[in-house]
Amino acid sequence: MTIIDESDVILSVKDLTAEVDGIPILKGLNLEIKRGEIHAIMGPNGSGKSTFSKVLAGHPAYGVTGGTITFLGEDLLALEPQERAISGLFLAFQYPLEIPGVSNLDFLRVAYNSRLKAQGKPELDALDFDDLVRGKLDIVKMDPSFLTRSVNEGFSGGEKKRNEILQMALLEPKLAILDETDSGLDIDALKIVANGVNQLTTPDKAVLMITHYQRLLDYIIPDYVHVMESGRILTTGGKELALELESRGYDWIRDNELVGVAE
Amino acid sequence: MSSSVQTLVNRPYKYGFVTDIESDTIPKGLNEDVVRLISAKKNEPQFMVDFRLRAYRQWLTMDSPTWPTVTYPPINYQDIVYYSAPKPKEKLKSLDQVDPTLLETFEKLGIPLTEQKRLTNVAVDAIFDSVSVATTFKEKLAEQGIIFCSISEALHHHPQLIEQYLGRVVPIADNYFAALNSAVFSDGSFVYIPKNTHCPMELSTYFRINNGESGQFERTLIVAESGSFVSYLEGCTAPMYDSNQLHAAVVELVALDNAEIKYATVQNWYAGDANGKGGIYNFVTKRGLCQGANSKISWTQVETGSAITWKYPSCVLVGDHSVGEFYSVALTNHYQQADTGTKMIHVGKNTRSTIISKGISVGHSNNSYRGLVKIGPKADGARNYSQCDSMLIGDNAGANTFPYIQVQNQTGKVEHEASTSKIGEDQLFYFQQRGISLEDAASMMISGFCRDVFNKLPMEFAVEADRLLSLKLEGSVG
Ligand SMILES: Nc1ncnc2c1ncn2[C@@H]1O[C@H](COP(=O)(O)OP(=O)(O)OP(=O)(O)O)[C@@H](O)[C@H]1O
Ligand SMILES: [Mg+2]
Repeated sequence: MTIIDESDVILSVKDLTAEVDGIPILKGLNLEIKRGEIHAIMGPNGSGKSTFSKVLAGHPAYGVTGGTITFLGEDLLALEPQERAISGLFLAFQYPLEIPGVSNLDFLRVAYNSRLKAQGKPELDALDFDDLVRGKLDIVKMDPSFLTRSVNEGFSGGEKKRNEILQMALLEPKLAILDETDSGLDIDALKIVANGVNQLTTPDKAVLMITHYQRLLDYIIPDYVHVMESGRILTTGGKELALELESRGYDWIRDNELVGVAE
Repeated sequence: MSSSVQTLVNRPYKYGFVTDIESDTIPKGLNEDVVRLISAKKNEPQFMVDFRLRAYRQWLTMDSPTWPTVTYPPINYQDIVYYSAPKPKEKLKSLDQVDPTLLETFEKLGIPLTEQKRLTNVAVDAIFDSVSVATTFKEKLAEQGIIFCSISEALHHHPQLIEQYLGRVVPIADNYFAALNSAVFSDGSFVYIPKNTHCPMELSTYFRINNGESGQFERTLIVAESGSFVSYLEGCTAPMYDSNQLHAAVVELVALDNAEIKYATVQNWYAGDANGKGGIYNFVTKRGLCQGANSKISWTQVETGSAITWKYPSCVLVGDHSVGEFYSVALTNHYQQADTGTKMIHVGKNTRSTIISKGISVGHSNNSYRGLVKIGPKADGARNYSQCDSMLIGDNAGANTFPYIQVQNQTGKVEHEASTSKIGEDQLFYFQQRGISLEDAASMMISGFCRDVFNKLPMEFAVEADRLLSLKLEGSVG
């Protein structure tokens, strides 16, 4: 066993169990993510992938019943959702929410300034922020007209996903969790978004992607692929595992695991 | 209720302190002698005693309204104190002789009254329980012929104006609470703007209920002569008591030819605790008469307080081409109940009215909009536009809209739009996930939702209203 340098670990999840409305969903989940790494989680519908992402982000509907989560050396479970965000955890939602009456620009500015404020830094005024955000639009090839519209209101499915990545570009998280960011994107948009994510993933950061499809992994190449089933990580492999899943489905892993358990 | 919404709404009331002051308080209960006693304490002219007694006898024959969607145990009108006034230390000659305890109280409420500190562009009439304690800038306004004083003072110095207008817009028998108010009202503000005069500053009355057992029954009368303009603001707070206090006010506005009155209310009475105990019953009748041609009256209200609100600021559009407006934001939280709205009565030709109502309900509260638009038979070319939007935060809050439309003239045009939006836990979580606190999230959503109304408030008050709404929602996070 090698002793890892603690400072390299961004996220460490141990024996995590969680429930919603009294129904256990996560049933003993273990995962470790280090700086510079790209992880992918795959797994059948309903296996608990989105639940895991929401537990990490601190959604109040999900109750943690056991295990620990350490994020950048801190006990993540002790932090409020916005404190988790400010310390560098970002979740691109599978279904981004619409916020009527609040402009995208105001939303982005308050999000950005909340972080500066928490760090004791001076906040950016509207003009400086405008310059900053316009510079980021290019990363996701988004038209400036989206800034003045209400957050996600009336956006197409693909536009919402791009807007999530724009927020990521602005907030520069240490760990970005992308929950099915690829679904609903056309081929060109998929490339744009993937390029954006690659550009933003510097060696001090990490990405955790949740996806059903290999095509995203063609553009954002993972270091690890995990297969989730019934609230656990069933198996972990390299990028080849995803290709194997694409051609053979999930059943062969289940069978292998059963053999493993029987032994 | 979800935990994030819960944190959001549990914010203590900031103005809940009680001022310890010696007061002249009459015993509880109501009868003709009490009515006479109130009048005698104020040394009122005979017409006023008669007015009060007529109202009292009328009230005895009436019943409290049952149609609003609010519920409360029956009120024992014999268990209320109808007159309570802070005892003056000596006869006052100027503001600087006002009891320092009272000055301190108002200062704590953000309403400095002393010469050095007071707001430069706002004249204030400060009312404590049953009486007016001070009015600022009175002399300065008098130079232009503008009268701004307590209604008790007006009864002595301008009795003919009071006799001419009092009860003209809201008659004694209008409704149960208006009749009660007409019998026992103790003070309030009087404003008179002479012909072609543009009132150079905002006029403002601040109401403070201090005594836990007294009701507050104030009376406001504003008369704007031809071609004049006035902008008026009313504010209010009360200490936190376990029991409910009754506030039954009457406000009457009269606008003559080409006159304009803007009346804004930023209301923050104590609303009761998180379980619905205590708080003010706010049963208020407000009505404006656009008597002259081209006259205009606009009501803007930001309502955050009261255990129960029952209030329909209205406009009677008699003058041809007169205009009535109603802009309202009502926020209810915990177990608060609000049944509020407006009436626009079109009598004259080409009269126009606009209603914009925004109701926000949080917690277990219930917020109803009730509005009447009536186009009378002679109101050729009358037009109304109404827009009523509700926003629900959390899963246990309720909202209703009750529009009543009566059109008796075929050339009239009435448009009504309504919407309901729901702010769920997932939306709040989305903000939090981006590092935005619940308070900031709620105030961003609420200011977005209320923008059309806040744009109508005078600048300083728009800021104040925004602050008040976010304060009201601020949690104890951190
Ligand atoms: N709020 C909730 N109430 C009840 N059940 C829930 C709730 N949230 C999640 N679940 C259940 O938990 C299980 C895991 O759901 P989750 O959304 O995490 O799956 P997923 O792996 O992301 O699936 P998909 O691939 O379809 O997105 C499902 O059976 C789901 O119905
Ligand atoms: Mg999912």
